[in-house]
Amino acid sequence: MCRIGSIKSKVAFSPSKALYLMLPQQEGHDNSGFAMVMQDLYGIFTPYKDKPLLSLACTQRGAQMVEDFMDSHNFEQVAEWIPVPNDQPGLDIKAMPYYIFRNYDYPEYYRDKTMAEKEKLLLDIRLKLREILETAGEGYVYSFWPDVLTLKEIGDPRDIATYFRLWDDNGCLMAKSVVVQCRQNTNYDIVRYAAHPFFLQGYTLCANGENTFYTKNKEFQKSLHKGYVGFESDSQNFLYTLHYVLHELKWPIKYYKHVITPLPFAEIDQREDKDVLKAIRQSLANLEINGPNTIIANLPDGRMLTCCDSKKLRPVVVGQTEDTVAIASEVCGLNEIMPDRDMTKDIYPNEREVVVIDNELEVQRWKQ
Amino acid sequence: MEAVKSQDISKADLKWNIEHIMERCTMCGSCISTCTLGAIKADVIRVDKTYSDDMKPSPRRTHRTIPIIKQVSTIGNACVGCGMCAKVCPNNAIRPVRNSDSRQTLLSRDAGPVKRGGRTNLNAQRTLDHIIVGRISQMTDPSLDSIRHTFDIRSPFGRVLPASDLPFSLQDGKLVMAHKAPPVRSIYPLIFSDMSIGALSTRAWEAVAMAVAYLNEKCDLPVRMSSGEGGMPIKLLESEQLKYMILQIASGHFGWNRIVKAMPRMKTDPAGVLIKIGQGAKPGDGGLLQAAKVAEHVQAIRGVPKATLSSPPNHQGLYSIEESVQKMHLSLNAAFGFRVPVAIKCAASATSVSVYNNLLRDPYKICGGFFIDGIQGGTGAANEISLDHTGHPIVSKIRDCYLAAVKQGLQGQIPLYGGGGIGMTGNAAADAFKMICLGANGVFVGKMLIQLLGCVGNEEGRCNACNTGKCPTGICTQDPRLVKRLDIDRGAQKIVDYVLTFDKELRKLMAPIGNSTLPVGRSDALVSTDKSIAEQLGIQYVC
Repeated sequence: MCRIGSIKSKVAFSPSKALYLMLPQQEGHDNSGFAMVMQDLYGIFTPYKDKPLLSLACTQRGAQMVEDFMDSHNFEQVAEWIPVPNDQPGLDIKAMPYYIFRNYDYPEYYRDKTMAEKEKLLLDIRLKLREILETAGEGYVYSFWPDVLTLKEIGDPRDIATYFRLWDDNGCLMAKSVVVQCRQNTNYDIVRYAAHPFFLQGYTLCANGENTFYTKNKEFQKSLHKGYVGFESDSQNFLYTLHYVLHELKWPIKYYKHVITPLPFAEIDQREDKDVLKAIRQSLANLEINGPNTIIANLPDGRMLTCCDSKKLRPVVVGQTEDTVAIASEVCGLNEIMPDRDMTKDIYPNEREVVVIDNELEVQRWKQ
Repeated sequence: MEAVKSQDISKADLKWNIEHIMERCTMCGSCISTCTLGAIKADVIRVDKTYSDDMKPSPRRTHRTIPIIKQVSTIGNACVGCGMCAKVCPNNAIRPVRNSDSRQTLLSRDAGPVKRGGRTNLNAQRTLDHIIVGRISQMTDPSLDSIRHTFDIRSPFGRVLPASDLPFSLQDGKLVMAHKAPPVRSIYPLIFSDMSIGALSTRAWEAVAMAVAYLNEKCDLPVRMSSGEGGMPIKLLESEQLKYMILQIASGHFGWNRIVKAMPRMKTDPAGVLIKIGQGAKPGDGGLLQAAKVAEHVQAIRGVPKATLSSPPNHQGLYSIEESVQKMHLSLNAAFGFRVPVAIKCAASATSVSVYNNLLRDPYKICGGFFIDGIQGGTGAANEISLDHTGHPIVSKIRDCYLAAVKQGLQGQIPLYGGGGIGMTGNAAADAFKMICLGANGVFVGKMLIQLLGCVGNEEGRCNACNTGKCPTGICTQDPRLVKRLDIDRGAQKIVDYVLTFDKELRKLMAPIGNSTLPVGRSDALVSTDKSIAEQLGIQYVC
């Protein structure tokens, strides 16, 4: 079982806060990795919020391949942050030679294109880079999106943080939103792509549990969208479904829950919107999930959401202060980073509930 | 001393021999009056015995004539092994015994192709028994509790549109239906298959229909029943219970005159329409109701004279899938105002995937279900040669069709239902569950239902006399005397009890794999102990 967490704040914070959120929960994970997606970036990335940011881990050769590819596709580098590691002996980390976080400007002929066209381009480029690096075995590309940074590594999260100097809080790496997880995949092979959170076109998602409809979901998603690739983990299904419902079908957010954990037929029949709910359930039966799960997701517009499986077989709790909302698998994580919050306002979402936090940190909860 | 006429047929040539124990027999005659096939008769034999009843030996020869129960040694009256004689005998004095040295199969073709009912006696292999539900949820994903947790066991029946084609529009942040979508019913994944009034006695058909109504109205299980190609009673057509019935239309169109005439008076829509193209038990051989079973009421419902009724093996005038879609699907959809799903049933065949592909790609998106019937399906009457030698097993066929849809990203759009041998060993829930994991949305059963009513026929040559009009259990006959043997309330109860257990057993299989809804296509839940089966179905081989 893993533990997941996220923080959304009005004030930019350092990744160490996400580590403090996760470390008390370590009884439930195995400290085998660290992965986070930061969104709404500050610090050194403040001036480049509209420039797509490439996050990758690679070898020297891989770095060169990426550079060549981006050059040949007319992407212009505007900023770069290559962390200088604190490579002290004894750290439990299986580090890659290079970690590159680089902002690009769109090719000139793309600058006036619509956001939809740009989104498509960014995805195509990331997929191509992934293919190039994967074929050559020279690295991993996690995200290529404006104002989004992804870091994934294998090892003890504390040591990974030391390695990347994340404990320093030096102000260089800051964000107002982070989704985080501290473990490597346990069901399948340990590969960096299999570590949550997963990212696709502005959508970030972390899941705790096991999706027993993985095979069904995967077989269906494979032909739904070119970005639905990898499937190294059964939790990627959640992200792809989120992306499909919101980005492709353009349905309102509340229908996501109706897709992954539809109401029982008997309950649907009692509802006013039964025609719609039944049609959704029938048409997207292959995107339904089963098994114990909790998810935390971040949307392109900055909203954050959490919900659980239809039997509430995995826990999650939402806590809030005036300027921060945090979500964690266990309350001990919240107690660590926000000990003075009003605990009576903590939310333990039930199996039919969705909690959404908007950019004003207003917490909405609704029943499916 | 008589000369042996070696070509005469004797009891030793028949499949079943009557074993009669004279010492126990009271000559009550029950067995003879019960045997519908005329396979036994009362007779007398001459017995010569030498005996002595003095203190000292005083042998005396006597000539006695004693009454006996004698097996009739003709092919036409051959015992079918139904065992009704044994059932009725108060003293266990008589029973049929299988004769392994029978020459009956060879000798019975004098009067043309052999006809019989039942299912294949030759290809009754059980692929499903080599498959195990082997992926058990433990630790991180816990098994569910089949009693404590809730399960949501429903399957679609109707054309399911891809989400991107749903006629949704957005109003005040809510999706609403902008116009009608094809009708899709949510039904129980066990359909009572098409056995007509005619093939079944009215009472047997009524027992099945009663069980369906009870399961729906008292047990909250939306089990649907296909009428078979023999029409329906007017009363049922004009009742609320019509909504549980799937009306079948086959190439003979039997019963549709009445159905069409009843339409203006229908209180509700039927559950669906099923176009029968072929049947797994006798693919390519059409329907067959022999004259012996075309009783007056059957003539009335079907609007036919007393004669052997053969539905043609093909729908006249259709020679392509496109035509089938346009002529039959569209016209039947139109007949019910596009409110009733119209599905199609074909015999499983090496070509099933092509048929399914055609249906999936149909631009009208109008086919509401693909029913595939395997070689192990039953029938009321068929040529034995068809029963035993034509057809296609259902298990790999369902899998092939499902995977063909997966390949195109079209899975789930035309629900797949598989039948033909489901529940053959009595364990329909296990069979259904495995079929569902392989890609079926549900299964249909027929033979099993009449076995629950009391049919004693099996795939090892027992009884299979459904075609003769002499069904010893009153199920497949129209003879009013025989029909009375069936207690319809008891029969209906037996079916209801079985389905309630089926439902519990289905949960018992869903719970260990951690699923509360049907695991359609969850092949990862299955493993096989047979390497070739595992390979063909794309599941894990285990040993």
